[in-house]
Amino acid sequence: MGQLVWRRFRRHKMAIFGAVTLILLFIYSIGGALIFPESYANFADTPLRLTAPNLQHPFGTDTIGRDVLARTIYGGQISLMIGMLAVLIEVVLGILVGALAGYYGGIVDSILMRITEAMLNIPEIFLLIVMAKFFGGEIPEVDLFGRTFSGSVIVIVLIIGLTSWMYLARIVRAQFLSLKENDFVLAARATGTSNFEIIFRHILPNSIAPIIVSATLGVANAILAEAYISFLGLGVQPPTATWGNMLDGANNYLESAPWLWFFPGLLILLTVLSINFLGDGLRDALDPHSRAA
Amino acid sequence: MANHILEVRDLSTRFHIAEGTVYAVNGISFHLDHGETIAVVGESGCGKSVTMLSILRLLPIPPAEIVRGQALFLGRDLFDLSEREMENLRGRDIAMVFQDPMTSLNPVLTIGRQIGETLRIHMGLEKEVIRERTIKLLEQVGIPDPIQRLNDYPHQFSGGQRQRAMIAMALACQPSILIADEPTTALDVTIQAQIVELVQRLREQMNMAVIWITHDFGVVAEIAERVLVMYAGYIVESAPVDKVYENPRHPYTMALLAALPRVDRRRSARLRSIPGAPPNLLVEPTGCPFAVRCELVTERCRVEMPPLILHGPNHQAACWIDVSTGIPF
Repeated sequence: MGQLVWRRFRRHKMAIFGAVTLILLFIYSIGGALIFPESYANFADTPLRLTAPNLQHPFGTDTIGRDVLARTIYGGQISLMIGMLAVLIEVVLGILVGALAGYYGGIVDSILMRITEAMLNIPEIFLLIVMAKFFGGEIPEVDLFGRTFSGSVIVIVLIIGLTSWMYLARIVRAQFLSLKENDFVLAARATGTSNFEIIFRHILPNSIAPIIVSATLGVANAILAEAYISFLGLGVQPPTATWGNMLDGANNYLESAPWLWFFPGLLILLTVLSINFLGDGLRDALDPHSRAA
Repeated sequence: MANHILEVRDLSTRFHIAEGTVYAVNGISFHLDHGETIAVVGESGCGKSVTMLSILRLLPIPPAEIVRGQALFLGRDLFDLSEREMENLRGRDIAMVFQDPMTSLNPVLTIGRQIGETLRIHMGLEKEVIRERTIKLLEQVGIPDPIQRLNDYPHQFSGGQRQRAMIAMALACQPSILIADEPTTALDVTIQAQIVELVQRLREQMNMAVIWITHDFGVVAEIAERVLVMYAGYIVESAPVDKVYENPRHPYTMALLAALPRVDRRRSARLRSIPGAPPNLLVEPTGCPFAVRCELVTERCRVEMPPLILHGPNHQAACWIDVSTGIPF
């Protein structure tokens, strides 16, 4: 099984490209932090504001004189972390809602699916903005993974997680609806397995492939969502950098200081593109109906 | 009475579906003694499996409904137990083996884990002990190289091996009753014989009672002490196994026996099939359900369901007609 998946995946050139690029991006944002300290990324050398790329500042400096290269490194950490943590919440919620709805059916299904549909009916951007406004405000700084950064990161993670689980919930529900009719579920019940164990030990492992694919693509969406709200100034608060909030303010300098938006924009583009390629590759590799061996 | 490990009284199960109500099981009663093997025979769709799933409370409710009846396991009515108590009992006291071993094992869990699960749930044993027991179980059901096979997935097992693994799973906790729901139907003939033999051997070792659902009268003679013949959700005949062959008292039993290939019959003679099909269970039954297909049918058969009439020790049949003479009682 594993070998077959790997062989199918390997033949997917774009997926390999995506995986390699992603690994490089991780090395960039984690390894880069070994070269520049975080204080450097947040240090505003005001006289040098809006310096074009040069040897001293390869990606130039921003509107208050901070080094763009160092900020893309630390911003990358936050952006990637937001992507993954938000998806973690998305996956937990999506699996929980989808599994309960699909497995129990009936009234449980009706209630959970109506909630899901209600959430889907609200435009996501609107939901993001309202929740960002609602939960934003004065947030203390937090320490996590050896860094100190704005607590708004956690808020953004929660907001993105809470607004993105619906599609995954539907996928999981559909999986459970069909998988629960399998004989092995009846056989498991006949040996005294509880509903909880049937859901999480028997049915869930059988539906892991679409969940992995959906979660992978979810990381890209979460990074984009963070970029949206940070661009609108409602996301992660400075001085903590993210690729998204580095774009905030760059719109005033589109032509005069293109390095402000070019580098974070390029990194977002590369990340999202790579993740999407990776997701496509995984989908084809994990799909049992795919004929390519 | 005291010797009955399982006693089912007046069990009726229905399914409420869009087209109406399916009268799947209609007031059947039977009992099973300690260590006894009974066979339940009948065509597809006559309520054999539904009866067993009702007893184990494995039917989804709704659409299923157990309208009335009791299933007394060692004197306790299974229908009165909580879901929790029922979970504890399934697999530990009453285990079931299903028809199709290809689909009854979870494709993404190793065989060892699936067998070990029963032990883990019911016995709360340590990992190492579970592993040893699982290896021993695989050995007992005749799977070679059990230590290696433990980590294999179901697709690496052949059909016969999977059914052996299913049996190992069912027998892990040494249940006092094993319900085998056509466990050999999906297997080829030589494997069938091996599985039958295996269950018989293990049954003697563990002193289990077995309910063997089948539509193969050949298997019945080999394993069962008593036979229940089911038709359209009714038990139409219940008899010790030799009496069924010697002296069947219900036209349906006779027809089933006549449909069997026999070595002592002329080869050119055609096998007798039963004309027609089992009745539509969506209609509330009135009269004998076999009446429309019966050669000996009378007016009374069509309006009134015959009760089980005693023909000898442990031998009952539900027919208005004395099948040996063709005359009503």
